Amino acid sequence: MMRPHAIALALLAAAASHGATAGKAIRYPSPDDLALSLDGSRLYVVCGGSDELLAIDRATNAVAARVSVGRLPRGVAVSPDGSRIYVANSWSDNISEIDAATMRVVRKLPAGFEPTGVALDGQGKFLYIANRIGGDVSVIDLATGTEERRLVAGRGASWLASSADGSQIYVTHIYPNIRQFRTQPESEITEIDTASRRVVSRLPLHNVGGVFHVALSKDGRLGIAAQMRPKNLIPLAHVEHGWAFGNSLAVFGEDAGGVVQLPLDAIEDYFSLPFGVAISPDRSKAYISASGTNEIAILDVRKLAAAAKSPDAARLANDLSAASRYVLARVPVGRNPRSVVLSRDGGTLYVSNRLDDTVSVLDTARGEVTATIPLGGPAELTAERRGERLFYSSRYAFGNQFGCANCHLDATIDGLSWDLEPDGFGVDIVDNRSLEEIADTAPFKWNGQNPDLQTECGPRTERFFFRSAGFRGDDLEDLVSFIKSIPLRPNRYRLPDGELTPAQERGKAIFNRTMRKDGTPIPDEVQCFVCHAGPHYTNQQLADVGTGRTTDRSPEIDIPHLTNVAYSAPYLHDGAARSLEEIWTVFNPNDKHGVTNDLSKDELNDLIEYLKTI
Amino acid sequence: MTKTFLCALLAAASSLLAQDMPQFRWENFTTAQGLPDNRVYSVCADGDRVWAGTDNGLALYENGKWKSFTTADGLTHRAVLSLALDKQTHDLWIATMGGLSRYSAGRFDSFTQLNSGLPNDVVYGVAVQGDYLWVATAAGGGRRNLRTGEWSLYNERNTPMYEIWTYGVSAASDKVYYAVWGGGVLEYDVKTERWKDYNDPDGENEIVLYKDQGLIHEITTSVSYAGGILWAATYFGASRYDGRNWRNFLDKDSGLPSNFLNQVKTLDGNHVWFSTDKGLAYFDGERWAVWRPALDTHAPEMLVRDANGVVSHLAVETAPAHHYIFGVDFQGDDLWVATAKGVSHGVLIKTKGQSQ
Repeated sequence: MMRPHAIALALLAAAASHGATAGKAIRYPSPDDLALSLDGSRLYVVCGGSDELLAIDRATNAVAARVSVGRLPRGVAVSPDGSRIYVANSWSDNISEIDAATMRVVRKLPAGFEPTGVALDGQGKFLYIANRIGGDVSVIDLATGTEERRLVAGRGASWLASSADGSQIYVTHIYPNIRQFRTQPESEITEIDTASRRVVSRLPLHNVGGVFHVALSKDGRLGIAAQMRPKNLIPLAHVEHGWAFGNSLAVFGEDAGGVVQLPLDAIEDYFSLPFGVAISPDRSKAYISASGTNEIAILDVRKLAAAAKSPDAARLANDLSAASRYVLARVPVGRNPRSVVLSRDGGTLYVSNRLDDTVSVLDTARGEVTATIPLGGPAELTAERRGERLFYSSRYAFGNQFGCANCHLDATIDGLSWDLEPDGFGVDIVDNRSLEEIADTAPFKWNGQNPDLQTECGPRTERFFFRSAGFRGDDLEDLVSFIKSIPLRPNRYRLPDGELTPAQERGKAIFNRTMRKDGTPIPDEVQCFVCHAGPHYTNQQLADVGTGRTTDRSPEIDIPHLTNVAYSAPYLHDGAARSLEEIWTVFNPNDKHGVTNDLSKDELNDLIEYLKTI
Repeated sequence: MTKTFLCALLAAASSLLAQDMPQFRWENFTTAQGLPDNRVYSVCADGDRVWAGTDNGLALYENGKWKSFTTADGLTHRAVLSLALDKQTHDLWIATMGGLSRYSAGRFDSFTQLNSGLPNDVVYGVAVQGDYLWVATAAGGGRRNLRTGEWSLYNERNTPMYEIWTYGVSAASDKVYYAVWGGGVLEYDVKTERWKDYNDPDGENEIVLYKDQGLIHEITTSVSYAGGILWAATYFGASRYDGRNWRNFLDKDSGLPSNFLNQVKTLDGNHVWFSTDKGLAYFDGERWAVWRPALDTHAPEMLVRDANGVVSHLAVETAPAHHYIFGVDFQGDDLWVATAKGVSHGVLIKTKGQSQ
């Protein structure tokens, strides 16, 4: 029989969620971004789960100071003079400016929607913030603390790196830019000139969706970004051929001779979810973290640049033998390694292990992890935390090629539609759906065939996705617990007081209307609020809304939840609608997906403004 | 003898005054120099670079060469009607006959009535003010919040706009004006968020019954607002409004070479450029100047009309590419002009006391 305190612990554990969930009893630090102090004595660690910035004393490898910041902090940067630390609070939509000497927050700076990464110019006069939901970069004048301008970046702008002299800033983005249905994903590296504070170029990344950290060599002649090449246009039936994801790098700059994509994968030994990037000061080596396979790749930069300039460079991106040309070693670290940062002398690499709540210390001369710094995470693991580890792990897929998080980037979406059927070439193309707060939205899958998440995420994943193993037993229950705990991100379109704007109010009236504008009744089955009912805006039924294709097995689709629908483009079951507008302007000619053809353009705009709030 | 002498003296004085007006050396560009089309509807200067919107694509003049962009590059439609530069980001907003495009450091993004909140795909005018983009379309006006992406539409339902064919827009920090083709001028007060319309007191009569008592005509094609002064161009003359009084200009009593105006543009409210079907005109508050190839001989021509209405011809060696002018923009002291036969670059010939 369980003792009372054990029961309490178990209840606490059950109530706990993944690191992003605020206000729960158990909170894991979940370290993410890293930065070094100017004198190199401290390592700053952003902890997204505990909403803190930690300062690690590098001499003792112990936490020397901590400061509370905003919700779900993700990025950190240090001013050129070392006096200030800037932390991007992704769920508070602001930046904490911290006095490095006192470790106190001295100012809150504005940002856009979901600020994720931060960087400074060479003089420390302007702060650049990558806003993920906004897909843009805020430029903050640090003298006044105000946003001077907003620059257009890629969709899901998330990480930035400045050149050594601070004259250029490079920005990557987690979701591919919106394009025509069933065309290859396209991404970019956005280059900002800090003297003019303008975007001066966009380095094209063809066939790329999901770009993560980026780093520049000290001489500015070489840049490296971690990226994925999703093979979403072909059936996911060829995992064994490496046709699911190409885990790779974008190598750019003078020494690369342009933008060249080079793989990190090896045959049957994939390097899943490449994430953090660092280049040694002498630019002899580069270090890349794989947050799905829990390791660090050590690369010979000279050989990497040579591969980028080789005559066959253009075809290397899909060559599973190419990585052996420049990958020197792959070193295991903790779970879900994210950012990496090198000491000034390049002798020590720090790796944040988000799902272990630790930082690995890697001696670069020996190529070994010599220490692991615990960040004080709870000893007990909740089911949600165990599930989160499974969600981010790639060990279930053939050759460790990918995991849940490769498509559900940071537990969200990837902005792509996929061909998941084993026998299909274009049968049942499906859009990647949001996982936010889906616990009570059964059934699952676009055709509604999976009555619960255990079915959706269970043994079928072995057959349809991973081609190696699937989730079973306790693992499956843990995984489901995690998925059910994924919370809603803050909605940016509601007014702070929860009220609706006049346009949103008008849109709500359209959403809830039962009569056409000419006074005739709208049949129940095409009234918006009938199908999109309840707290998650789904009645959990199937419906034919006229969007089925001849290649779909059934025109009936599961009515999706609409919460935070503004963030999850493209839309419809197959991702054919690039925007909310297109759902009705292009794909609803017969009023089967709600009666909308009697609406004027401004009324449709009002409806969309309302939908963005739910 | 005395009379002849006085006339000669007056003409000489007028000629001297005329030489105080800006003079330009015109360099003309056509498809022969790399433009995608000779019919150029709009120009927009961005530092050393110049954009041109043509009937068959967008063109960029940089480092002495023209580069073209077409729908294959991502432009939403080939016919580019109007251009606006976001002076903060240097993104270019492109109004076309088939939607709105944004060009940002090599990337085109398209906004249409199908994929966005844009009111209509026929976009005649575009302007950027702070965090807002304003568009004039064939189905009313629209405003996009550049930070949140929210569109607000303005038409007969929520403004005094009785005609929704908006043709031009001018946005400043305090006021936004629409040229409504057939509906006069519409004013938006940024502070109060209220709309007000200005119409021709003569109604739609083509005779002017009440000159200087209101807008010259309902068929407005362009507006330009700066320094608290509104200028409106119509197909039947021009109007100036200072918030209290109207003043109208016709070819018969001003230096306008024609009442048919495609565009009006001012940077300070007091110095104004008119794009007409009979040449490029300039008004400095007292005097007028016109540049064009002569309508009969096509020889380069510059006309100056002084405050007394005396017109003199200045000998010039160059002129804009065509007398049919669609638009103008400023690059320092220089002019860039969109004409029916290419782009013209007016290089200011600096002489004593001259500046724009």
